[in-house]
Amino acid sequence: MNAPVRTLQPKDYASDQEVRWCAGCGDYAILKAVERVLAEIGADPAQTVFVSGIGCAARFPYYVNTYGFHGIHGRAPAIATGVKLANPELDVWVIGGDGDMLSIGSNHLAHILRRNVDLTLLLFNNEVYGLTKGQLSPTAPSGSRTPSSPLGSVESPLSACRFALAAGARFVARAIDTQKELASILRAAHDHPGTGFVEILQNCIVYNDGAFADIADRKLAAERQIHPVHGEPLLFGAARDKGLRLAADGSGLEVVEIGADGEGLDQVLRHDRTSFNLAMMLAALEPPMPVAIGVIYDHPTPPSYERALRAQEERERERIGEADLGAMLRKGPVWMVTA
Amino acid sequence: MAVVDKALEETGEEERLRQPLETAVVRFAGDSGDGVQLTGSLFTLSTALAHYDLATFPDFPAEIRAPAGTTYGVSAFQIHFGGREIRTIGDRPDVLVALNPAALKVNLADLRPGAVVILDVGSFTERNLRKAGFTEDPREDGTLDAYRVVALDISGLTKRAVAHTGLTSREQLRCKNFFALGLIFWMFDRDLDPVIEWTREKFAKKPQICEANIAALRAGHALGETAELPQLPAFHVPPAQIAPGLYRAVTGSEALAFGLLDGARKAGLQMTFCSYPITPASPLLHVLAKLRAYGVTTFQAEDEIAAICAAIGASYAGALGVTSSSGPGISLKTEAIGLAVMTELPLVIVNTQRAGPSTGMPTKTEQSDLLQALYSRNGDAPVVVLAAASPADCFEMAREAVRIAVQHMTPVILLSDGFLANAAEPWRIPDLDASPDFPVRFRTEPEGFAPYARDDRLVRPWVKPGTPGLQHRIGGLEKQHETGAVSYDPDNHQRMTELRWNKVLKVAEDIPEQELEQGDPDDCICVVGWGSTYGPISRAVTTRRRRGEKIAHLHLRHLWPLPRNLGRLLSGFDRILVPEMNKGQLVHLLRSQYLVPAIGLSKVSGRPFTVTELETALDRLWEECP
Repeated sequence: MNAPVRTLQPKDYASDQEVRWCAGCGDYAILKAVERVLAEIGADPAQTVFVSGIGCAARFPYYVNTYGFHGIHGRAPAIATGVKLANPELDVWVIGGDGDMLSIGSNHLAHILRRNVDLTLLLFNNEVYGLTKGQLSPTAPSGSRTPSSPLGSVESPLSACRFALAAGARFVARAIDTQKELASILRAAHDHPGTGFVEILQNCIVYNDGAFADIADRKLAAERQIHPVHGEPLLFGAARDKGLRLAADGSGLEVVEIGADGEGLDQVLRHDRTSFNLAMMLAALEPPMPVAIGVIYDHPTPPSYERALRAQEERERERIGEADLGAMLRKGPVWMVTA
Repeated sequence: MAVVDKALEETGEEERLRQPLETAVVRFAGDSGDGVQLTGSLFTLSTALAHYDLATFPDFPAEIRAPAGTTYGVSAFQIHFGGREIRTIGDRPDVLVALNPAALKVNLADLRPGAVVILDVGSFTERNLRKAGFTEDPREDGTLDAYRVVALDISGLTKRAVAHTGLTSREQLRCKNFFALGLIFWMFDRDLDPVIEWTREKFAKKPQICEANIAALRAGHALGETAELPQLPAFHVPPAQIAPGLYRAVTGSEALAFGLLDGARKAGLQMTFCSYPITPASPLLHVLAKLRAYGVTTFQAEDEIAAICAAIGASYAGALGVTSSSGPGISLKTEAIGLAVMTELPLVIVNTQRAGPSTGMPTKTEQSDLLQALYSRNGDAPVVVLAAASPADCFEMAREAVRIAVQHMTPVILLSDGFLANAAEPWRIPDLDASPDFPVRFRTEPEGFAPYARDDRLVRPWVKPGTPGLQHRIGGLEKQHETGAVSYDPDNHQRMTELRWNKVLKVAEDIPEQELEQGDPDDCICVVGWGSTYGPISRAVTTRRRRGEKIAHLHLRHLWPLPRNLGRLLSGFDRILVPEMNKGQLVHLLRSQYLVPAIGLSKVSGRPFTVTELETALDRLWEECP
């Protein structure tokens, strides 16, 4: 490892490129949070690689002073998998939007998650195609009117976190671009050994401004969000007077009001970040239920894909002894022809 | 010259003469569940061990187990062997083994007149005849009059020979390929021991099946020895004069895998081989997946696009990224090939071509992706294009693809095809250290570093992420000259487009000048080939030259850039004939590059050219020669 000689500050991770997102774009806040995490973990810029696809979010690698690969639409997870196969030591971050990762590239997203490649994957979900000027995204709510759906969308949207869980992700978190906890959520994703998946609800100020206002607005946040903490009861509300319990018919989660004397608290579920079923139920919560923000699922199952492959290769080399190609060619049915 | 069969001489029985043959073409055919491919491989093993030169071609249906008895379920395996250099799989079989009526139906038209047809008449039931599409029994309606028919109840004879093993009737019947093999072994005077040894090893855990197969093999052989069927000939094929050395049999897929491994070794790189299953390219993945101790990580991706993108990511991270597919898969990879062109990373893309368009005929061969390899990308996106000429040549060309990719920082498309991938031939195992290494030197020096600065070959530096002080960003957006920053500057785009184009053209300075395989630069006709047409062209030209006809053979392995002396060389011929298994793709390239009056000869039947087809075309052309 080539550790930097002095401690780097968040601003040291900015590249010399002029950032070209729209003024007020949620991406700026995410960039700042990532720089903060890089400083916190003491990331060596030379050992760090940002890989992206195509879209507004995918411009991200140009703005960090690390190695970067701006790929093609949807394929960032595949490129990043190749990077990790070639060099598992690199600290890889994959960045993409909802169109990039859940539409054209959803296949690659599913497979990088099930393989569990050790990297951090950030999906900036703004529920709209920004770079191509406002078309319907796979995460946009039914009825969305856009230049490509002027009569209103008749499609059902895809839930990023449920998609990730279904694909076999071992770490799933949801965050909001401007929330102060963003850096700590990103940090947890990075610390997870395997693919750390974070959906970031990101405001597109030009084509979909306020898409998450009813969740993210600071005045509403306490009632509209629930922040699961491992081992703690699933409580929300400004007075933390509401909790989530399993519905009596087992069909899902429901809200239980906590009395002043704590009545009902015993029915509230405690968050278990290793419980897949609970994670699925939390990920599925939509208004009017509180939306789960934070680490929903964190269940490491090492080794990661690339480490497991390396270990197999190591065992093969031990089994064979000296892996000499010339000698290998001379094994099996061979015959000598003499002059 | 007739040769007396030694075995018969020793037993003191009536002497039977073995008919001399310089070379022989044998085709085994049966249902896809009859073990035809195994029979073919075992006969190939025996043929190699008997010191013959040989070429083989498996021809099987895309369906894994098509309904028994149907013509589309017929699987075949052809071998051409003999006492001279074997360059083709043979135009027309001398011997056909047909294990059911459908196998006879499908293969009859290919036989030469007088060929020996061995039929398992035990399978010639009315039902099977009808399924094969015969309205009359072909044994009785004159269909087979032109051939030497050996009608044997192979099914029944096999059952009798293996009855003692306790196998079920159905299992007994599955030994009939070994019975047929035993008979053919007698016909060509082969030693049974190597195949018995192989069978013992292969079926070590199934002693009953092992014993039954060996019993069937011996019974088939014994039948030949004792039956005295007048129509059953015995042949003597003299062994070939083969260059001394240690040999093994390789298919094109195996040789290609070995070449990639050796190329990576010579470059000093770990290989990351990323692929998605597709016929007929998958065997390359299978071979490499077994050789992971030898410097390759194999990755079966979720789709064709992921496979190439992972290979590009691996090259970016400092490994040798390789991806492999067949035509339809290459179509899917097209956008990513453009990314590799733009990012100027080394990448080897193997296309094992098959009959197209679209899904086409997956198990049938064609060479119709040349123009796709050259031109199919959006924008001006030049890549290097190579093609292997024979199964063994796949080794050399794979190594060459790696060398050019890493030394010139460019994607290289290596064209193989379904024929080359599956065909086998003897291969003199090379001394891997006899050809020079080409070690990659990654850029590590921060002083004066620019990601798109170029050397005198216009090649940019290769930097491994992890190298301190050289952090930079690359991608598919147009790059500013030298700095690699995103640029929309019009003059810069003109300049970068030309730089990318000329970088690939400059590879011509780093490849050998084109030579003629046969003939002289002032001959009348030049037959220009590429890829797997090598064998039949070579044989046809040899035959014509023996008659004194001034016909040369030129075979291209470097399709882009073309060898620097090619235009000059071609201008010396009066007539240029370009046989291709497509509608005329190389001929199009040669005419547009050199304004030469080349004419094409097209074959797109899913099967290789026969020597006869080429000679017929040369007949016409030779008449025009002064």
